[in-house]
Amino acid sequence: MKEQIESIRKEIGEWLSTAGSDPALTREGLFAYRMEHLGKTGKISALSKGMRDVAPEDRPEAGKLLSELRRWAEENFDALEATLKKRELEKKYASEKLDVTMPARFSGTGSAHPVTLVKNELIDIFSGMGFDVFEGPEIERDYYNFQALNIPADHPARDMQDTFFVTKEFLLRSQTSSGQIRVMEQRKPPIKVLSPGRVYRSDSDATHSPMFHQMEGLVVDKNVTLNDLKGLLDEFARRMFTSETKTRLRPSYFPFTEPSVEVDLSCSACGGKGCRICKGTGWIEVLGAGMVNRRVLENCDIDPDEYTGLAFGIGLERIAMIKYGIGDIRLLFEGDVRFLKQFGNGGRV
Amino acid sequence: MKVPFSWLKDYVDIDCTAQELTQKLFSCGFEVEELIDCGAEIDRCVTGRITHIEKHPDADKLRICKLDCGEYGSDIQIVTGAGNVSEGDIVPVALDGSSLHGGVKIKKGKLRGVESCGMLCSGEELGINDDWMDGADVNGILILPAETPVGVDIRGIVGLDDYIFDISVTANRPDCQSVYGIAREVAAVLKKPLVPLDLSYTAASFSTSERVNVTVEAPDLCPRYIAHYVREIKIGKSPLWMRRRLALCGLRSISNVVDITNFILLELGQPMHAFDLAKIAQNKICVRRAAEGEKITTLDSKEFTLTPENLVIADGKNPVALAGVMGGLNSGIGEDTSELLFESAKFERANIRRTSRALGQKSDSSARFEKGVDAYTTGIAINRALHLIEELDCGKIARDRFDIGESKAQPTVVKTSVAQINALLGIEVPKADIRDILTRLNFNVAAKGDALTVTAPAYREDVEGFPDLAEEVIRMYGYDHIAGTFLAQASVTGGGLTEQQRAENEAGRAMRMQDYSEIITYSFISPKDYARLRMGEEAGKAIRIKNPIGEDMSLMRTTLAPSMLETLVRNIRRGNKAARLYELANVYLAKSLPLEDAPEERKTLCVGLYGPGEDFFSAKGAFEAFAAAFGLEFTYAPATRPFLHPGKTAEVLFGGECVGYLGELAPDLSEELTVEVPVYLGELDYAALESSLHAPFKYNPLPKFPEVERDLALVAEEGTVCADVEKIIREACKYVTKVHLFDVYRGKQVGEGKKSMAFSVTFTPRDKAIAPEDADGYVKKILRALHEKLGLELR
Repeated sequence: MKEQIESIRKEIGEWLSTAGSDPALTREGLFAYRMEHLGKTGKISALSKGMRDVAPEDRPEAGKLLSELRRWAEENFDALEATLKKRELEKKYASEKLDVTMPARFSGTGSAHPVTLVKNELIDIFSGMGFDVFEGPEIERDYYNFQALNIPADHPARDMQDTFFVTKEFLLRSQTSSGQIRVMEQRKPPIKVLSPGRVYRSDSDATHSPMFHQMEGLVVDKNVTLNDLKGLLDEFARRMFTSETKTRLRPSYFPFTEPSVEVDLSCSACGGKGCRICKGTGWIEVLGAGMVNRRVLENCDIDPDEYTGLAFGIGLERIAMIKYGIGDIRLLFEGDVRFLKQFGNGGRV
Repeated sequence: MKVPFSWLKDYVDIDCTAQELTQKLFSCGFEVEELIDCGAEIDRCVTGRITHIEKHPDADKLRICKLDCGEYGSDIQIVTGAGNVSEGDIVPVALDGSSLHGGVKIKKGKLRGVESCGMLCSGEELGINDDWMDGADVNGILILPAETPVGVDIRGIVGLDDYIFDISVTANRPDCQSVYGIAREVAAVLKKPLVPLDLSYTAASFSTSERVNVTVEAPDLCPRYIAHYVREIKIGKSPLWMRRRLALCGLRSISNVVDITNFILLELGQPMHAFDLAKIAQNKICVRRAAEGEKITTLDSKEFTLTPENLVIADGKNPVALAGVMGGLNSGIGEDTSELLFESAKFERANIRRTSRALGQKSDSSARFEKGVDAYTTGIAINRALHLIEELDCGKIARDRFDIGESKAQPTVVKTSVAQINALLGIEVPKADIRDILTRLNFNVAAKGDALTVTAPAYREDVEGFPDLAEEVIRMYGYDHIAGTFLAQASVTGGGLTEQQRAENEAGRAMRMQDYSEIITYSFISPKDYARLRMGEEAGKAIRIKNPIGEDMSLMRTTLAPSMLETLVRNIRRGNKAARLYELANVYLAKSLPLEDAPEERKTLCVGLYGPGEDFFSAKGAFEAFAAAFGLEFTYAPATRPFLHPGKTAEVLFGGECVGYLGELAPDLSEELTVEVPVYLGELDYAALESSLHAPFKYNPLPKFPEVERDLALVAEEGTVCADVEKIIREACKYVTKVHLFDVYRGKQVGEGKKSMAFSVTFTPRDKAIAPEDADGYVKKILRALHEKLGLELR
């Protein structure tokens, strides 16, 4: 028995000494060899069965040797198994190695139009201050676009805007201020509303488009002041551009506001020092604003002695052109994908 | 509005530079659009005395001059070809390295071998004429007055050391459409006194009414009409100072009398007119509406046929002027005019505007009346004109005048308070400053405690109430005092977007997630756009703009497709390989034409795409993505559109209603457009879906038992439509929750004219698990239905 054990150990030992370095050996090969010895009908199992034939006094020692052999073989087979498994994985890894720098499969995402980006950003800024959004019609009645805004027929202020007419009564709105009147007819103060949309003026060159977008802002409440207008616009300027952006008010005239102001922003390109974009002045004209004219409030049945209002009108193309450095307004309406796709990064998908 | 710096200085002692004044005007509401430096072109050109002249040795027409130019050199040699100079003359000398009018550069050089260190200048070379300086029009060198100092910059001598402010005056300040009006603002902003205008004149003993009778029959259109008789007129040239002022403002001098009317227009902003009384029939002047069909020929020889909408000045027979617009050819001032009637009037601005537009006739006068003339200035202007008649000694002035409708309007009085003004501004402007500012602007301020009674100057017809005063105060006090508060006292409001507005953002996002980029195109299109898409008759339904920029932007679109197609074609022509685009915008649908009621503005979603790998089904994916974003279910049916491929066009159905279409651009249309790639277009009636986009939503519990999936390969006739098969499968078994066509095969095995369609069908259990034999049963039922209704067989 002892000799048999020794011979099996020797045989396994010899096999192991070459098997480890044999590249042809697979885990299946190892398993077969293992079964040949440790399987139910394997050689070592056969020895166990042969214990019956061993003299009783020798059995304890033979049994001990046999179980040692079994453990030794199992340990060695396990170790080799681990080696083979590792070798196999390495082979698999090597064969499956990807060029991870190859392009992704990704259909891409589209981009929002820069005017939409600016519009949404403005809505974001002002809705946080309690503004909601009202959209009025684009084909508007003369009354809302002009008369109710204190611009009677044949008023020289009509020359400020070359209006497209449809009939004597209907026109393409030349300003989103028309929304002011519609809002004030429908609601009573406190009012805080934005009115964005398409507007139309008969004008076409590198900085003027016959169709463009405005966003009107209107606040009507008790004790609203010019100082509040400045505060709102300061906040808008900081959030739309940079925290250093400043606003400057200067006197102007709109029939529907009194006082009226033109609002300039400090040039974000040069920080106000003066550059090509701001024509050396350090300031860029961006919007018109003012305190709602008492007559406009009266036209909407709001008591101007009780309430005051502030209003501002922002040109969205103008803001987009400044913010993104777009030199020609026509680019905005051409829909060239090479232009549009650039705004994927700037905007939320 | 052009205002010469030198002219302003007549009325205000200005102690700052033109550039500084520009800034000051800017901050108080008068933007100087351009500050024109009259002498900008002239450099290194000085006065010099000719000390010696000798003939050029080698040229008969040239002479060699020695010049004393003071500090610039006392013995400068210049060769000149001009014959009008002699020793002792003082002339403009362009030194070596100088520049002249028109960008001409002068350098030292040799003329026929003799060194010439510059050039003697004519008036023309300095860019001036006789209206700037007498003698400037002479053909030759400009000979300056003998007392002119030598060695000084020529610009100061000839009046080129001046600036012209081109000021943009806002529509509420017609009183500032004049040099004197701007001077009033300058005086206020510089805190300097304003020099009053000299309005004095000596009247003769004769009377206006002895010579002519003046009536106003249309006082609604002519609130004030002043007529003053002047006789013994001596028509001649105006003095230099007047001609130069007119020239600075871009007007040509004509004659003393005409120049006076133009001068008053510039100085005071009051258009004036002078009638040659000898040409007035029946000694009558009447301000009236024109008779229907009445004719007038204006000074520029244009004939107009009038209506009662037009106001005229008529004599006893005919119109002699188109009121406020232009005088008649028959009554104008000529060289032989010996007596005249000065007119200074206020015409109603809206009527002048209408007449000017209706007749297409414009003038400086009509432009000015359209902006608004105040009755106060109308009265000042006539006196100023008469003063100038006397100053120019060109006529004898009647002792009286017609002044019809003399301004009876009381000046505007505003009762307000310091608190009210400050409440609007939101800052505390001290009472003393408010008083001071308003007083400087010629308002009369009576203060009693906090209360203010403010009387506006007569020329300020724009002032209506305290907000106007607040504006006057803040523009002079300085907008930089406005520090910014954050709606300190306003109510809290909710704000934010409505469900509809949020849904619109969501729709855009759904499209962008499928790689569609947003475009914005013009709302107006061309009748040709409709014709191109073979729906020319649609153009008649579109709302037409009366005054479009051009015919190709004349119709308010009823579909977004033409603009989308144009954008896609532009991308293709520019060599862009692929594009997926969308636009969410209104179409404009008239209820009737011409428009009587507000039209419907209907929000529409348009998609367009082309590029490698794009086909009908990838286009369809756009609408499916839209549907998925809002949990809607669209179905599709074959359809046609005049501009789409008839075999590759579908209608989009939602709840059985057609809500859109999509398809491939018709190949012959592609050919017309020379587009070689397939282009896909679709439109979705967003407005029709709007109410379904934010339907309340509840989740479905997850199935307790596993879903069972079976694949069915069916042999069908070629014409069998997927949607029909799907519908029958769904109807045949209530447990079917998903039907998906995953393969279509055509080939020998299935036979000619047939196709194999492979569907995967998902059964979702409800109360109990679906056993394999149950599923078999469902499949059998489905197959039976498919066979009966569509003749399909299991492959």
